[in-house]
Amino acid sequence: MSEALIPMLGVVTAIRQDTPDVKTFRVEALGGGKCFEHMPGQCAMLSIPGVGEAMFSITSSPTVKEYMEFSIKKCGCLTDWLHRMDVGQQILIRGPYGNGFPVEGELKGQNLLFIAGGIGLAPLRSVINYCRHYRQNYGNIQILYGSRSKDDLVDYQEILDEWMQDEGIKVYLTIDRAQEGWDGHVGFVPSYVEELGFDPQGKVLVCGPPIMIKFTLQSLEKLGFTKQQVFTTMELRMKCGVGKCGRCNIGDKYVCKDGPVFRFDELSELPDEY
Amino acid sequence: MKKIAENRLPELYQALSAERKLYLPLEEGGVVGYGLYSPEKKTALTAPSTVKSPKELFFPQVEGVVNFQMQGKNIDILPIEMPKEDFVVMGVRACDVRSFDVLDRVFLSDPVDGYYAARREHGTIVSLACDQPQNSCFCEAFGIDAAAPAGDVRCFIREGVLYWQALTDKGQALTDSLFGLLEEAGPAGQEQQEAFTAETKEKLQALPYHGLDLSAFTPDRLGELFHDPKWKKLSQACLGCGSCTFVCPTCQCYDVRDFDTGHGIQRYRCWDSCMYSDFTMMAHGTPRPTQLEKFRQRFMHKLVYFPSNNEGMYSCVGCGRCVRKCPIHMHIVKVIKALGGKKDE
Ligand code: SF4
Ligand code: SF4
Ligand code: FES
Repeated sequence: MSEALIPMLGVVTAIRQDTPDVKTFRVEALGGGKCFEHMPGQCAMLSIPGVGEAMFSITSSPTVKEYMEFSIKKCGCLTDWLHRMDVGQQILIRGPYGNGFPVEGELKGQNLLFIAGGIGLAPLRSVINYCRHYRQNYGNIQILYGSRSKDDLVDYQEILDEWMQDEGIKVYLTIDRAQEGWDGHVGFVPSYVEELGFDPQGKVLVCGPPIMIKFTLQSLEKLGFTKQQVFTTMELRMKCGVGKCGRCNIGDKYVCKDGPVFRFDELSELPDEY
Repeated sequence: MKKIAENRLPELYQALSAERKLYLPLEEGGVVGYGLYSPEKKTALTAPSTVKSPKELFFPQVEGVVNFQMQGKNIDILPIEMPKEDFVVMGVRACDVRSFDVLDRVFLSDPVDGYYAARREHGTIVSLACDQPQNSCFCEAFGIDAAAPAGDVRCFIREGVLYWQALTDKGQALTDSLFGLLEEAGPAGQEQQEAFTAETKEKLQALPYHGLDLSAFTPDRLGELFHDPKWKKLSQACLGCGSCTFVCPTCQCYDVRDFDTGHGIQRYRCWDSCMYSDFTMMAHGTPRPTQLEKFRQRFMHKLVYFPSNNEGMYSCVGCGRCVRKCPIHMHIVKVIKALGGKKDE
């Protein structure tokens, strides 16, 4: 009998320091390859015995066949431990969980605008790289990414070397406050959205801190976007990942199962408890 | 239908416990609860109710899930064997029998919870019709017939005789295993059942919560009920003690934790409560900061969210345990009455 709470073994094969408090971990199955397949926006439970277990979004694209990646911010007992571990560490993993972004559904054939704040790029990176891989299936791709400072931009090297080099992809970066060595845009994400005045068509994928998401949605609505066009992914405390422990229940939805990706018109029908 | 004289029940218990474990209401230190039968225990089959429900026989309060060994950078995963012992639980009242339909919706839906499924498979439920509903009971509001509980076997006791009727194959197999102990009840069994049902019906109609109206709790009123200003007053005195969730037969929230056994790490799951302050706590805060939100979650889940996902099935069976146990006398009936005003009022 399959038992959802029992994890499988993975091994950490690479660790990259992205920002002062974010590292990206590469996880493979013991014999190489991925522990399981996933869709962009889905999550996995990672754990270390005796330390804890938590849900993380899978930041690598499903099109990568060799490994899965997780960009993890240091913010508690388990993440502190993960930040201290070395390559070669075995780790417990189970999943994939959640619905993911509808890359083969509603998003297909559409112009896509990605808006991320800070570590919120992690789930979107999976979608971005998936769409880059199947480029012909999607329209224009625009990416707006903001963080506190230049040093807090996750995946900065990949953004510079790959995304910015792609034809038909526009990348806009911004940081909260002016900083030496930065000649790009300075300012918060929501106001930059308004400044850039995106054409209100296609679909938008927003991810970041709750407050950023809230104001970004307001900015998008000012530009003429409707809630039906905007998707986001939610972060709630989770334990089981399979809609049974009750932890992530909001209204009649379970974020681990019915989410974490929601369209804003669906979200606004739910109780405001996220 | 079969029967056995009430004074021969110890023989029945012996027979039932000979080949498998038998759980039934026992009295210990003035407290009645489901426990493992043995001849020296004080049975309390006909006690009006147990403090805790029989839920823990299928969904234990604490249960090991998997063991780990850590060696340097390596981890060994040591599975724990699935429950595989046959057992009988006897004396389950109609409300508690219904609670398994609610739990089944949670644990047997995809992906199936293996531990719960194994216990359901190996457990046989012998129910006992209720002839002493208490003032705190309101199973009727959920369409539960206290006099005719479901289960694998249904029993009722009248005039010193226990009547026994198998309802499922499992129940029939259990009945067959009892050989000559049970006698045929004959047509008298039917008459006794009708009399029992009539008596119970009368008692139910005299209960203070008789006629409790749930019609206001429909999924389409989710927003309206959620934003009802009455939650503030209702939740004001709640201590967040979680007693109501622990005694509840349908509460199923759990936590998953690790425990250092001294020779490894055991991952176990244990009951948790949405009433606790850290239930939804994350590094950057909680979406339910005050007791109002936590209190509201418990009742909205039972009366609105769960039915919305389960064709109208409420996640309350009216057993009255939370009504009896809440230290501040706040409970689901008060919530139903306060918020249950008709739609157009
Ligand atoms: S909510 Fe209260 S009355 Fe309803 S099933 Fe749970 S304990 Fe019983
Ligand atoms: S409603 Fe009563 S029993 Fe439940 S947590 Fe609050 S005080 Fe405790
Ligand atoms: S994490 Fe357990 S129900 Fe969603």
